[in-house]
Amino acid sequence: MKSTRLLLLFAVLSGVALCGCSGDVPDSGVVLHRGLASDPESLDQHKARSTQAADVLRDISEGLVGYSPTGELVPAAAERWDISPDGLTYTFYLREQARWSNGDKVKAGDFVFGLRRLVAPATGAFYANMLAAVTNAPAIVSGDLPVESLGVEAPDDRTLVLKLARPTPYLLSLLTHPSTFPLHPASVTEHGDGFARPGRLVSNGAYVLDAWVPGSVLALRRNEHYWNNAATALDGVNYHVVVQDTAELNRYRAGELHITSTVPPDNFAGLQAQFGSELHVAPYLGLYYYGFNLLRPPFKDNLELRQALSMAIDREQLAEKVLGRGEMPAFSWVPPGVDGYEPTVFSFAGLTRHERETLARRLYKEAGYSEANPLTIELRYNTSDTQKKIAVAVQSMWRDVLGVETTLVNEEFQVLLANMRDAKVTQVFRSSWMGDYNDAQTFLSVLKAGSAANMPRYANDEYESLMERAANQVDPDRRMLYLEEAERVLLADHPVIPLYFYVSKHLVSPQVSGWGDNVLDYHYSQHLSLSATK
Amino acid sequence: MLRALGAIPTLLLVIVLAFLMVHAAPGGPFDDERVLPADVEANIARAYHLDEPLPKQLLRYLAGLAQGDLGPSYRYRDHTVSELIGAAFPLSLKLGAMAMALAIIVGASAGTVAALKQGTYLDRLVMAFSMTGISIPVFVVAPVLVLFLAVKLQWLPAGWSSSSGASRMVLPVVTLALPQIAYIARLTRASMIDVLGRDFIRTARAQGLGTWTVVRLHALKPAMLPVLSYMGPAIAAILTGSVVVEEIFGIPGLGQFFVRGALNRDYTLVLGIVVFYATLIVSLNLIVDILYGAIDPRVRYR
Repeated sequence: MKSTRLLLLFAVLSGVALCGCSGDVPDSGVVLHRGLASDPESLDQHKARSTQAADVLRDISEGLVGYSPTGELVPAAAERWDISPDGLTYTFYLREQARWSNGDKVKAGDFVFGLRRLVAPATGAFYANMLAAVTNAPAIVSGDLPVESLGVEAPDDRTLVLKLARPTPYLLSLLTHPSTFPLHPASVTEHGDGFARPGRLVSNGAYVLDAWVPGSVLALRRNEHYWNNAATALDGVNYHVVVQDTAELNRYRAGELHITSTVPPDNFAGLQAQFGSELHVAPYLGLYYYGFNLLRPPFKDNLELRQALSMAIDREQLAEKVLGRGEMPAFSWVPPGVDGYEPTVFSFAGLTRHERETLARRLYKEAGYSEANPLTIELRYNTSDTQKKIAVAVQSMWRDVLGVETTLVNEEFQVLLANMRDAKVTQVFRSSWMGDYNDAQTFLSVLKAGSAANMPRYANDEYESLMERAANQVDPDRRMLYLEEAERVLLADHPVIPLYFYVSKHLVSPQVSGWGDNVLDYHYSQHLSLSATK
Repeated sequence: MLRALGAIPTLLLVIVLAFLMVHAAPGGPFDDERVLPADVEANIARAYHLDEPLPKQLLRYLAGLAQGDLGPSYRYRDHTVSELIGAAFPLSLKLGAMAMALAIIVGASAGTVAALKQGTYLDRLVMAFSMTGISIPVFVVAPVLVLFLAVKLQWLPAGWSSSSGASRMVLPVVTLALPQIAYIARLTRASMIDVLGRDFIRTARAQGLGTWTVVRLHALKPAMLPVLSYMGPAIAAILTGSVVVEEIFGIPGLGQFFVRGALNRDYTLVLGIVVFYATLIVSLNLIVDILYGAIDPRVRYR
């Protein structure tokens, strides 16, 4: 009876299933196939958040400034710009030929429209504070001033003026972020929040959105109206959403993908041997760290203990043996490779392993712990194989060097985040930070008092005042000195244990040319071309 | 008609419970390692009505639902939940139905052959194969099949979006069907051997019928009864197995959205899928009841 019932259920259901083969994407001309680790949240640049969304947005839209394949700032929608001597006024001159995908001219007013929408409270933009340096931006975000008061003006259709409240030497690199790109006012007005859907989205980049099957593929095709269309080699770009890195690798091997978004963490040596120069590993502006909860014992007001735990970790071994994909051991908060910045490093960075361990043991004793009275702590991380491997290694290093008894607590990502924000049950926790732009500010501002991302709840007046002085400094060299000094203060306080700096990892088919490795891991499709032969 | 109305409280209960449960899970749809400044976060919460008290959010959701609106997805912000389900469900269903059909046809045939050739190499081969099929989980079978058929031989696409033809169905369907083929083959073999030993089969043979005719006309029907009872668990296994298969092959099916939605705290998407399944099951049960009534007058409802 029961089974007959189920059979009938299934028969009825099957009758419903006619044909689900929607979303077949046209595949004409020279099409590049790229892996994408997840769907963009949105192609509305203000509702988008992930790096995946930004990758796609940089292909379909264009800001004032862009990056070359090797990571140098280059003119994009603006052909040139002037910066006032006080560093507070930026004047951009737009290209005569800049066009939207429907043929409309890209006007300075479109940038004003986009930037006002970015800071308008009703938009709820994720990167609303991206341009906090622009006059009145923070007050508009918090709802205290109207959007019209934003320091952005369009004196004519081809001139855009940005007025800043404080000198921001990295402003140009902020303008490569999709949240600062222009919007086509007519289509936003017509479709409201739904303007970014396929068939509606009018964009000003080298490509336009053709089709999007969530969970499967985004298809872009050439924007015939793009000002540099003649130099665009690819007729289309398909971003295939592949969540699992092993599945992505198989699709690359099967010749279905030209570029992968990453490579699986295991058997890196095997991949190197198999793929040789197709495997691209490059330093990336990202830091993996363990944070201390500074609000509660045992780490509150216990510098010696924090130092001891940090020194007892053999970062070289962690990077080489546990990870082994070219990651760099981290002895600073700001990664190397940031423009014009020389990261400060921990004082113990130059010591040998033996010396570090001796020092760690001494500090551990000074902190009031011993073999008879060992420290017992919980180390929290989000459930994943890589996090676990690292946590187990750190656990054993702490045990071997200091005799610390560590309990590993793995939590679902959202649970860990909630616990870190509460700062009640956490002691040591895993976290990371990825740079939004190429400047030390993107890392150092994380640990400012009052920063929402300041998970350890670090607070030091000297640090705050150095960061403030750097923020108001026009001279880039002196500004860097302040920032470097701030990092020195930070490292001396040891609110975190930086473990390693990330690397970007891609497989790039020999058919692809124009690829360049860079610290931001930006790879505009318009710079790439594809040769027909394998 | 009365019964149809009776389904509404059940559905309402499911919705309210599901709503409370997804909201009780720690974290929210917009929590991330890159924590947002407080005013930005407040603006986002307001834009998505997450700043309202929970009862108000529930009422807002129910009001939308009454008009057939499952709301916008929090994770796929350019798409509505109805759109996502509308595109994903037919695909999952098609995949499941094909896997089920394949499992029954291949499994029953293999089992019958094994029963008839009991003790031979063929029998042992079928049994060895089915033991392997049952023991190896889908997440192992799938990559192995991909490795051989897609990477080495390049006969079939490794990923869903790399082809638009029917060839992209082959690997997912086979992967999904494999454990069921194995199970059904074993079930059929055992029950076929049992049936073939019965008196009525001996009678049939005594009348001079050939082996295949006996199987076809007399043995197959009673031998398939245990397989029929297994359909329920098999459908359940295919539904859950499809989550893994969809992820490995990158198929935009409902299972993938359900799991991702739960992990991302995409409240509306998870709720939407729960509501969809609940409505589906409740209404299909109604239809089945009515069909039963039509088939068998004894269970006709008054």
